[in-house]
Amino acid sequence: MNAALRHVFLASLWRRPLATSLSLLAIALGVALGLTVQLIHSAALDEFGRGIRLLSGTADLQIVGSQAGLDDALYPLLARHPDIATASPVLEIEARLPGRDETLRIFGIDLFRVAQVTPSLLPMTDVQDGTPTERIDRLGPLQPDALFLSPAAAARLALAAGDRLTVQIGVREQALRIGGSVPGAGVGQILAVMDIGAAQQVFDRIGRLTRIDLRLAPGIERGEAQRRLADLLPPGVAILTPDDAESEVTGLSRAYRVNLTMLAAIALLTGGFLVFSAQLLAVVRRRQEFALLRALGLDRASLRRGLLAEGAVLGLIGGLIGVTLAYLLTALAFRLIGGDLGAGFFRGIAPTLRFEPLLTLVYLTLGVLAGLGGAWLPAREAARMIPARGLRAGDEAEVYRAQPRWGAALLCLILAALLCLPPPLAGVSVGGYLAVLLVLIGAILILPGATLWAMRRLGAPRALTLRLARARLAAAPGQAVVAGAGVVASVALAVSMAIMVDSFRSSVDGWLTRMLPADLYLRASAATASGYLDPETVARIAALPGVIDVYPVRFASLRLDPMRESIALIARPVRTGNGLPLVAGSLQPTGSDDAHPAWISEALADRLRLGVGDPLALPLADRLQPFRVAGIWRDYARQQGAVVIELDDYRALTNDWLTNDLGLFLADGTAPETLMTAIRATLGEQTSEMILPGELRAMILAVFDRTFLVTYLMEAVAVLIGLFGIGTTFAALAASRRKEFGILRHLGLRRRQIGTLLSVEAALTAAVGMGVGLLAGGAIALVLIEVVNRQSFRWSMDLQLPVVALLVFGLSLILLAALAARLAGAQAMRQDAVLAVREDW
Amino acid sequence: MIRPTRHVLNRWAGLALALLLIVSAQAADFAPVLEGRQPVFPEDTGAHPDYRTEWWYITGWLTDDAGIERGFQVTFFRVGTGIGADNPSRFAPRQLILAHAAIADPVTGHLIHAERAERALEPLSGAATGHTHAWIGDWDLMLEDETYRTRIDADDFALDLTLTPAGPPVLNGRNGFSQKTPAPANASHYYSRPQLAVQGRLRLADAERTVNGRAWLDHEWSSEILPETAQGWDWIGINLHDGGSLMAFQMRQRDGSPLWAGGTFRQANGRIRILTPAQVRFNPLRRWQSPRTGADYPVEWEIEIDGRRFALRPLMDDQELDGRRSTGAVYWEGASRLIEDEIEIGRGYLEMTGYWQRQTGL
Repeated sequence: MNAALRHVFLASLWRRPLATSLSLLAIALGVALGLTVQLIHSAALDEFGRGIRLLSGTADLQIVGSQAGLDDALYPLLARHPDIATASPVLEIEARLPGRDETLRIFGIDLFRVAQVTPSLLPMTDVQDGTPTERIDRLGPLQPDALFLSPAAAARLALAAGDRLTVQIGVREQALRIGGSVPGAGVGQILAVMDIGAAQQVFDRIGRLTRIDLRLAPGIERGEAQRRLADLLPPGVAILTPDDAESEVTGLSRAYRVNLTMLAAIALLTGGFLVFSAQLLAVVRRRQEFALLRALGLDRASLRRGLLAEGAVLGLIGGLIGVTLAYLLTALAFRLIGGDLGAGFFRGIAPTLRFEPLLTLVYLTLGVLAGLGGAWLPAREAARMIPARGLRAGDEAEVYRAQPRWGAALLCLILAALLCLPPPLAGVSVGGYLAVLLVLIGAILILPGATLWAMRRLGAPRALTLRLARARLAAAPGQAVVAGAGVVASVALAVSMAIMVDSFRSSVDGWLTRMLPADLYLRASAATASGYLDPETVARIAALPGVIDVYPVRFASLRLDPMRESIALIARPVRTGNGLPLVAGSLQPTGSDDAHPAWISEALADRLRLGVGDPLALPLADRLQPFRVAGIWRDYARQQGAVVIELDDYRALTNDWLTNDLGLFLADGTAPETLMTAIRATLGEQTSEMILPGELRAMILAVFDRTFLVTYLMEAVAVLIGLFGIGTTFAALAASRRKEFGILRHLGLRRRQIGTLLSVEAALTAAVGMGVGLLAGGAIALVLIEVVNRQSFRWSMDLQLPVVALLVFGLSLILLAALAARLAGAQAMRQDAVLAVREDW
Repeated sequence: MIRPTRHVLNRWAGLALALLLIVSAQAADFAPVLEGRQPVFPEDTGAHPDYRTEWWYITGWLTDDAGIERGFQVTFFRVGTGIGADNPSRFAPRQLILAHAAIADPVTGHLIHAERAERALEPLSGAATGHTHAWIGDWDLMLEDETYRTRIDADDFALDLTLTPAGPPVLNGRNGFSQKTPAPANASHYYSRPQLAVQGRLRLADAERTVNGRAWLDHEWSSEILPETAQGWDWIGINLHDGGSLMAFQMRQRDGSPLWAGGTFRQANGRIRILTPAQVRFNPLRRWQSPRTGADYPVEWEIEIDGRRFALRPLMDDQELDGRRSTGAVYWEGASRLIEDEIEIGRGYLEMTGYWQRQTGL
């Protein structure tokens, strides 16, 4: 492009700074949000994957059990197997640290074995410089109280060699000595290492391992060894490749990640719409200019290229701003909420921000594509113009003469409905997301038709400005498309999110009520950590004055399918408790056989394709035990699936009498606070956690809201973009309609009335956009609830319409649109009417 | 006897060191070495887990079909850690088992060696009581039907040897009580099996050979560590061609002068003479300096035993074991010939410690 053309095209961006900066903002925000989500997750996943690789070292295969672990008699058996060169036993403990609000992952390892498989976990005794070599306790790593911290753990806990760290086992505290470091663990892994014999003793896990890492003998093929060794394993114990182990966890976070990315994509799409509206208006306004250029010899292709370049430059600059913003946001997120966007998938890692060239380039390209995509239709429109006609005044109306596209819109909606049918691809609800996109496109295609239909339904109003506005919109429905496309997109997005989140939240609330029947809850630690309540402790608590009943819950995990992640097992009183949030089946099983009743979560029912009455074998205490599905319940906590069984059945089958969570029912008139004090006096100040169900509910809902923080942010951005869209559009419209306004002024309209006219037009446009957006939003919400959530997270929810919130939102958007249009058109109204009319003569 | 204390036992763990260097553990945790304990065989060929340290140490010469002569060494250590006595876990590290093997091949010009270390954990590794049986995985040493068998399978070499004793165990020191310093507390229970007839196979550089030869086994257990004044020691165990055997050692002080010495001279007719410190003298002759560590070893010695003078010459000069990159221990352990009047009268092993840095512990 030569200098003159550069002047004509790119410089025009300068001449409309408002439209340009809003388009830039939209693209920048889309790029920034999308890239931030990706940056955070790629850093977290990288660090997480690094951790998994670090922890599996050079292992070819890993024997993994459930949370309760596996019998360590399996270890010598495997270590002597001819297929195996080295077996390295591991007992992983999540140690509760009394007085600190975090846990510490401790790996019990065999010093002599770990070096050959996972050398990065080798503990090193820290020695002060100058200590004579014979003074060093070479047995340090074997000492029963010696704990070795990774650099990240030492930094996090602010501990050095020689310091003491108190860990909790059950409700008992025990001090360990920091013996040194785990230098191979690198900077991002928060973990500790101790001798496996000591770990079994200290944490009361004699005879248990959580993992055995295997290196195969030379010449042994992995797949065959995996099959042969699998035959030696008891039920509930799996043999996996390290890749399986990694994908187990990354798979859990995938749905969440994809959902956030899709939200960012929708923001980017909205940005594209905004570029489209701005460019289309610019093209309309510069119609005569282009006609002149064409008449002077500029060919079609050059004109189109010039306009596309405008879009591309907008996209590029917006993209660059967005990329910068993304890195800033990511750095901020790492400092404030850690590496998991508040969802809790990646604990125990400290990811660091890194430059990701490929991701950055992809998002920059997406920004440019949004700009190009937005400029595409306007450029084609401009290039198609016949110069002789374009030079005539009033020709721009051509552009607004959009045809209703009922057929195409219907096709989109039918396609969307069909896309909701297929199952998810690799755990991602691809069909659902495509359906959302198609509903959006369908809604925009409907817009001209809907405008015409709505204006006809409006009849012939008496007020002059209203009549003028109606006539204008009915004659040029394209104007509504241009101004309203952004509104439809953002309203649809915001409304669908509002409905989905509201339904989700109220369903979660109802679920919590069902799951938390007691007056007060007590636990020694999170179920995965090293605290628990033994029967004597439970008895002591139950005997406290004011306690009329206790409700013990035991959490465990089970491996049903050797190739898949383990599921949660919840053993608690079912028939005598507050029941379960059932969606099928009943609490009172009718089966007459020996099988014990089990209630499975929706996710598990989906995963195992089980229905009420189907048999189910659960590996408990190294044996498969017969159960029968008595009901299916709704669970928002355990995406991998959960099964509830009667506590009495669990205890009889496993002889495990420990309790994780203890619900307390209080006598009337007993203040929970009094009892909490009594419990602390019984168990010690720092070895227990207590919470009132109300507080717990508030806490869980707060976590819920934090999880949707990103969603709320995107909603706000989308709405803002929609409003900006109206503002820009009407500013441009006002400029291009100066002649029309001049004539109206000549005919006697006051300046104020023209302002009102613009406001009414904007309000009508916004109202139509709002109506279409509401419908589209409702449809999208349905897709999100019934398809995307079910497929991604495998849970259902009850549809809930936040009617009042939606009404307030709709009305304020219409008002804001009117205001925006009026402010934007102010310039046009200030102009001298005579001059405006004369301009063309 | 005094034995490799700084042996490289496990490259990563460096526990060999631990074994012998550990200063902190309470000697009270272990049984003391007392004079007057009467050895009982075969029970005493097995492990003595109540004592802190114990080893079965085999050194010898092998000749293959082609007539090439090589030195070899196979050692199993047992170490009581004093840790985990109250721990019911099968992983409780009460006893550690360490193994070390090396080949001195003049063609290679330096030692080829390998090592393993494990906590005792049946059936993977252990040291049995009652009769000699120590093992780590498929490396083992056992005594069955009055014949020892040892199998070592390392990356660079493999050994599968049977070793048949010519006679009953030879008790060192005063009836198996071997004093190491002027203080009687620094002592060990110690017997030797000299003149072991060796037959078996040796794999080197992927070529398997049939070998035979003569070897020596020391079995020693103790609970004490060496005093501060000791710098290191020199030890020989020689099978004499006439059927006799000679074990001699000296403990050196920091300045190189002898702190203590001792030995056992078994004549071909079976008569045994226990050597007093005054009857044993080690006089250094030719020295060799290691290009790797700079340590300067007297690789040739004049050894005076009760007035008889012998010369001791190595199979090759470089039989240094450089463990600086693993445990930090450096010592010389090599096949040597015993010469009297320029005639070779026996073959065995020489061990020299404390020439690089001070060597402590038994």
